[in-house]
Amino acid sequence: MDKMMKNRLAILLFLLPALILFIGIIIIPIFMSGYYSFLDWDGITKSTFVGFQNYIQMFTKRTIGLGDAMRNAFVLAALSVVIQLPISLFFALTLAKGIRGERFYISVFFIPVVISTTVIGQLWLKIYNPEYGIINSFLRTVGLGEFAKTWLGDASTALVAVFIPILWQYVGYHMLLMYTGIKSQPQELREAAMIDGASEWQISRYVTIPLLRPVLQVCVIFAITGSLKIFDLVYVLTNGGPAHASEVPTTIMVKMLFLRNNYGIGSSIAMAIIFLCLLFAGLTKRFFRTEEVSA
Amino acid sequence: MSKRRMIVTPRVIGRQTVLIIWSLVQLFPLYWMLTFSLKENSEIFGSNIIGLPHKWLWSNYTQALGAGNMLQYFMNSLFVTLMTILITVLAATLATYALTRMVWRGRKITMSIFLLGITIPIHAVILPVFLVLSKLKMVNSYQALIIPYSAFALSMAIMICASFMVSIPRELEEAACLDGCNLLGVFWHVILPMMRPALATLSIFIFLQAWNELMFAVIFISDSKYRTITVGIQNLSGSFTTDWGPIGAALVIATFPVLIAYAFFSRKIQEGLVAGALKG
Repeated sequence: MDKMMKNRLAILLFLLPALILFIGIIIIPIFMSGYYSFLDWDGITKSTFVGFQNYIQMFTKRTIGLGDAMRNAFVLAALSVVIQLPISLFFALTLAKGIRGERFYISVFFIPVVISTTVIGQLWLKIYNPEYGIINSFLRTVGLGEFAKTWLGDASTALVAVFIPILWQYVGYHMLLMYTGIKSQPQELREAAMIDGASEWQISRYVTIPLLRPVLQVCVIFAITGSLKIFDLVYVLTNGGPAHASEVPTTIMVKMLFLRNNYGIGSSIAMAIIFLCLLFAGLTKRFFRTEEVSA
Repeated sequence: MSKRRMIVTPRVIGRQTVLIIWSLVQLFPLYWMLTFSLKENSEIFGSNIIGLPHKWLWSNYTQALGAGNMLQYFMNSLFVTLMTILITVLAATLATYALTRMVWRGRKITMSIFLLGITIPIHAVILPVFLVLSKLKMVNSYQALIIPYSAFALSMAIMICASFMVSIPRELEEAACLDGCNLLGVFWHVILPMMRPALATLSIFIFLQAWNELMFAVIFISDSKYRTITVGIQNLSGSFTTDWGPIGAALVIATFPVLIAYAFFSRKIQEGLVAGALKG
């Protein structure tokens, strides 16, 4: 048995399919992306090495619009952390207390998570439709017709209109993560606090939520990196419009790569997205660590 | 706790109200989608916006499946998704066996490199993979999606497999070994059957990822012969702009396999998606 487990040929054969996939599709292409990001290249003519020029250009050249796209991504991230996560936390706390219909509510809130973002985007396109969508129809029916808007076609509302479906789709996901976290906490602590006369709010505030910190950290990281990487929903709803009002880094990247054939700048944007995701994941972890020390 | 649940206080009523309202918020758009997929424009656009259809227009579905080509896109998505599950599960279980059971130098570091893959977004590789696929004349093929999807599902798959495989007792393998099984035999006849619960979780996870993916599918596939359902919907909504019924039908067609699976395995699906997040 032991000898068999050390057979190098067998080890290699077992690893081979995974290694080929992983190295061929992930590791090597990442380095290729990194290399392309230093080139001035359109994919047809010969490329020239330009050093960090793409990285400088993507922020300084206003026509690329990456600055605004980054701002939009950060707005989405902030809205997710400030609005979506508290809603999820509220539902997780409420449901974890044990309430009639607990399982039913969890299952219902989680439904949108399993549905394709493309479908959800198309559905919300209809919901937002200026003439026949249910939002404007509702506003007209109740006599608030003057508030009816072309939600996705108006630069001042487009970004928020993109956020609402994100909220709608993922509240259930974060809720379930938090709910699972709360359920795995030792019940005795909450019971002890109850015996000591703590109110439900105090138990949540001083016992449940502090213990939930590792899960909250995961949720915050998901909310932020998810916003930085967001593509599907924006592509379906606005594709960055109107007049670039809802552009995000990935939509700019895809346009640079596959519409304008600017492989250099497109790759440098891709690298910037990865870098930002890793950076903010790291910062979030650090934030939660210092929180722990001060608390 | 269970006794407290029975007492109806204003607070309980308040909570239930909030929960019911939010349930309606979550369900109403889906209900609306289902109803307008069966209506004609005159109902959708004014005479009957939110009610059940007066006239059940099943022709929306035949139109989406036929003229809208949704049947083909559906089958394409199904094929791509099933192949992705097959390849990922096989590659991941084999690799996990080597990484957790076999004895060799560097297995810890190899494991952590595989797990690092979880944090890599697909955007990072879209151009190089596209260029390689074009060089190999593989753009516009099923492989163009199956192979990248498998690669990107691999890290999570290995993680889920590894956390399960450590709980399988070694005695079983040793017994099989004494009975004269070789390593592949042990893997096939002992390990894989034991892994079944983990493989179910894993398949669900990969299914959702591959079935719902859009970015690769938009860029790697331009021939409608290989188009998957997400891109198909995008196209359909472009060509049926004023005809909402067939679009609604297409949305329902793309969603119902997922919802049926969810109806039967909601716990398993929830567990699968949570396990992936909280372990990573």
